[in-house]
This record gives sequence, C-alpha cells and structure tokens, in this order.
Amino acid sequence: MKNKAQVVIIGGGVIGCAIAYELAKRKVKDIVLLEKNSLASGATGRCGAGVRQQWGTEMNLKLSIGSVKRFEILQEELEYPYDLEFEQTGYFMPAYTEKQVEQFKINIALQRQFGLDVQWVQPDEARSIVPIINTHGLLAATFHQKDGHLNPFHVNFAYARAAQRLGVDIHCHTKVLGISTEKDSIKKVSTDKGDIACEIVVNAAGGWSQSIGEMVGINIPTYSERHQILITEPYEPLFKPMVMSFYHNFYTQQEPNGAIIMGIGDPNEMKGYNMEHSLAFAKKCSSLVTRVLPPLKNARMIRQWSGLYNMSPDKTPIIGEASTLNGFYMACGFSGHGFMIAPMTSVLIAQMITKEELDIPEVKTKLDLDRFERGELFIEPSVV
Amino acid sequence: MKDNPEKIIVCRCADVTLKEIEDLLNQGIVDMDDIKRLSRAGMGQCQGKTCRNLIMGMVAGKMNITVDKVKESRYRPPAVAIPLDLLTEENFNEE
Ligand SMILES: Cc1cc2nc3c(=O)[nH]c(=O)nc-3n(C[C@H](O)[C@H](O)[C@H](O)COP(=O)(O)OP(=O)(O)OC[C@H]3O[C@@H](n4cnc5c(N)ncnc54)[C@H](O)[C@@H]3O)c2cc1C
Repeated sequence: MKNKAQVVIIGGGVIGCAIAYELAKRKVKDIVLLEKNSLASGATGRCGAGVRQQWGTEMNLKLSIGSVKRFEILQEELEYPYDLEFEQTGYFMPAYTEKQVEQFKINIALQRQFGLDVQWVQPDEARSIVPIINTHGLLAATFHQKDGHLNPFHVNFAYARAAQRLGVDIHCHTKVLGISTEKDSIKKVSTDKGDIACEIVVNAAGGWSQSIGEMVGINIPTYSERHQILITEPYEPLFKPMVMSFYHNFYTQQEPNGAIIMGIGDPNEMKGYNMEHSLAFAKKCSSLVTRVLPPLKNARMIRQWSGLYNMSPDKTPIIGEASTLNGFYMACGFSGHGFMIAPMTSVLIAQMITKEELDIPEVKTKLDLDRFERGELFIEPSVV
Repeated sequence: MKDNPEKIIVCRCADVTLKEIEDLLNQGIVDMDDIKRLSRAGMGQCQGKTCRNLIMGMVAGKMNITVDKVKESRYRPPAVAIPLDLLTEENFNEE
C-alpha cells in the first residue's frame, strides 16, 4: 500500500467507487480507496437498486434526473464488459388517503416542470400498468415510465474497475482506524494495514459514516437503521414497474430474471448496526404486499437479508466539505436512496474537490453538514 | 463438443456456466462473495446447494490452497422456499 496519497476515499460501496472514478476522470492523481470488507458488501450490495425520479423537491429532482442521464450512458462510458441491466420499467406510486392525493398533485406539477412525463392514474386505469393490483381503497396513483432499476453489484464494480484503469488504488479488507489532523487540516489516515499521509479524505462509509466523523472530532448526526428485504423464486412476467406504497410503507418489483423483491420500512426498527434477518419481517412484508398484489400469495420466498440505511435527521444526504476541517468531504446519510443518486453525488463531490463549478450549485448551501446547526432542515415530502 | 466450459452449467438456478466462473477467476476475482455478486451463482432457488462446493473447489484450485481455507459466502434463510401465503399474518401458525 502507498504511504502517501492525494485523496483517500473511505468506503467501497457505489458512492466511494463512483467518487474515485469521477476524480480520476478529472485527472486527480494518487487516489486510494479503502474498504474494510469487499466491494458492494455494504448497503449497495443489499439494496433494492430502484431508481426513481418522482421526487417532491427541486433538489432531489435535479439529483435524480441528472443521475438517470448518467445511468443511461454509464456502461459505455465505463467500458464495462457486463450488462448493468438498466431497465426503465417505471415506478408506480399509489395514493390511499386524501392527503397523499393532494401531495401527489403538488409533486406531479413540479415533476412536469422538470420535463418528466409522469402520468396521473385513476383507480380503474391502474391494472393497465400493474395487472395484478387489487384496487381496493386506491384513490389514485402516479406512474413514471423512465424510472427503473439496475444491477447494483455491476454498477458498483463498473465504477471500481473504471477507476482502477485510471490509476486508482483500491484496497479491500483494509479498515480505517483513525485520522490524524493538525489545526484545521488532515495529516494522515491510519488503517490496519498501515498509514497513508494525505490532506483530502472522502467519507463514503455508508452505515458507518458517523464513526468516521468521530475520528476527526466532527459530529455527523447520521445514524444507522436496519432495513430488511426478501426475494422469491423467478416467475413469468407479472408486473413491470416498482410498486412503492407510502401508505403501506412497502416497495416491490419483479427483477429482469423474474424473481420478485420486496421490502418494508419498520417504524419500530431501532437505531444500530443489526444486520440480521427476522421472521417477523417476512410475515409483515408478505402480509402487506399480498394485500395489494394478491397473486403474489403463491410466490415462494427463497432468500432474505438486510442492510443498513444511513439516516440523516431530515432524511436527505449530506454532500459537501466540512466547514471546520479542510479537505474532509462527506457523502453520507443517504437515508435509503443513495443508489439512485450516486452518479450525480459523485460528480458533485469530484467537482468540489477539483474546485470546478458545480452542476447543482445550491448543494453547497443546502446539503452541507452545517444546515443542522443552522436549523435549516431540508424537507422532502416524498420519502418513505 | 466435449468439456466445453461454455456448455457446462455450474449454477443451475441462475444458468451460470463454468466459463463465466473461470473468467472471473482469471480476472483475479477469488472472493466467494465477489463471485456470487458478479455471477449470481448461489442466489437462486436452491441457494447454492450445488454450485457452492463446485465454485469453492475452483477457487481453491486457482489459489493453490485446500477447500477448507476458502471463506464461504453467507448462508441465507429460509432453507427451503416458503409460499408468501403461509407467512401472511392471517395464515401464519406458530406450530
Ligand atoms: C434493504 C435496502 C434497500 C434499498 N433500496 C434502495 C433503492 O431501491 N434505491 C436506492 O437508491 N437506494 C436503496 N437503498 C439505499 C442504498 O443501498 C444506499 O443509499 C447506497 O447503497 C449507499 O451507498 P454507499 O456507498 O454510501 O454505502 P455502502 O454501500 O454501505 O458502502 C459503504 C462502505 O464503507 C465501508 N466502510 C465503513 N467503514 C469503514 C472503515 N472504517 N474502513 C473502511 N471501509 C469502511 C463499508 O464496509 C461499506 O462497504 C437501500 C438500502 C437497503 C439496506
């Protein structure tokens, strides 16, 4: 391992690997990426890998629309030999309360301003989009065909390999143990395999981002929360879009190989690093999903697992440089939707580090860490 | 075509061929988790009951170590497929 670098990136998930690539693409030399386990072993390799552009704020619309533009050309740009399996089969978002209907109306108006062709769906039209849906209680829904999903393993590896080709050193099974600072600058990163002198560190440690903050004495108010997910055997095509119900708090989707994945948010989940799976989840999830999509009762679960959401107090990521420590960049707190905005997040962090003009300049003042201290929480109406 | 690695299936659930696994090994990918994530071998209906041992043998061969030195990927529940209907709260029975 090198003992000196220009930039050290902590975390080999999609965020860290994408940042490594975007920096190398901008001709930054001597980049080292450190991953304590293996690539995609964190949330990225455990996630639903859904990509949605139906958001309720300008910021999230810009992040997600920009990211989809990148996803569309990524395989070619990264010269990756495998298919990234980008399928734009849409997100279908049902509303079950008047309040949700009102909110979706506001969202769709904004989304259309941003050029998204989002459809307003009446209950009697729902089955033309999701043939197996039970429309009981359904008041309306929104559907956007250009939302979709990708293979998260391949996206993670595609960025990593392209970064390596451009000279980035990636060290797996290498854990960051500490970071030394002097006044307001970084001096070195210490790992279980040795030290690396450097002045720029990127915290892309996902569910462990808060512990990286502790290493430099910066209080990052993120915390981790287990989210469970299960998958069934593969079946003939039953429904194409991701079905995401804020009311029931579930999402489900049939993958290209026919398997159906589904997950729920559990309001009783405790903060922490638990990554076990529970029968209680499998029961709750099956009950909720089969109520809305009854034919899935016959589907058989073959696998369940869990991963960590890195939550921020306003469920919106922290993207930016610390105001109290030069060269300490954070890309964390993705609160369950970091995969879909990884392409733009990585571009923005790379632009910040290379002092380029930002594609979304307001990120600097709206998604910075200090917003919590200023009491300026970022309010996104469209989060689970 | 005898012993054509493109025709020999290692993982029957995900249709992964011997050639695909060999290609990964030749790229230096020898971590069982990485192989699983990149090929999907072991993530299908049978959850690796056949391919896990075959691939561990290939990794051991590539690294010149014995199979017991290869770190296995994680076993995931359930051991056999369960219909979602049996799990729903109306039908779930603790017995
Ligand atoms: C069940 C589930 C479903 C999800 N579904 C979706 C979805 O549909 N769409 C979507 O956009 N997002 C989804 N997400 C969220 C998404 O997975 C994450 O936001 C995203 O993957 C975050 O990427 P990351 O690189 O920041 O984190 P990770 O992939 O967790 O990577 C962080 C890495 O840092 C490493 N690390 C931590 N500490 C250290 C250290 N001290 N030294 C070295 N390495 C370290 C970890 O080992 C890890 O590999 C889901 C998440 C879960 C759990």
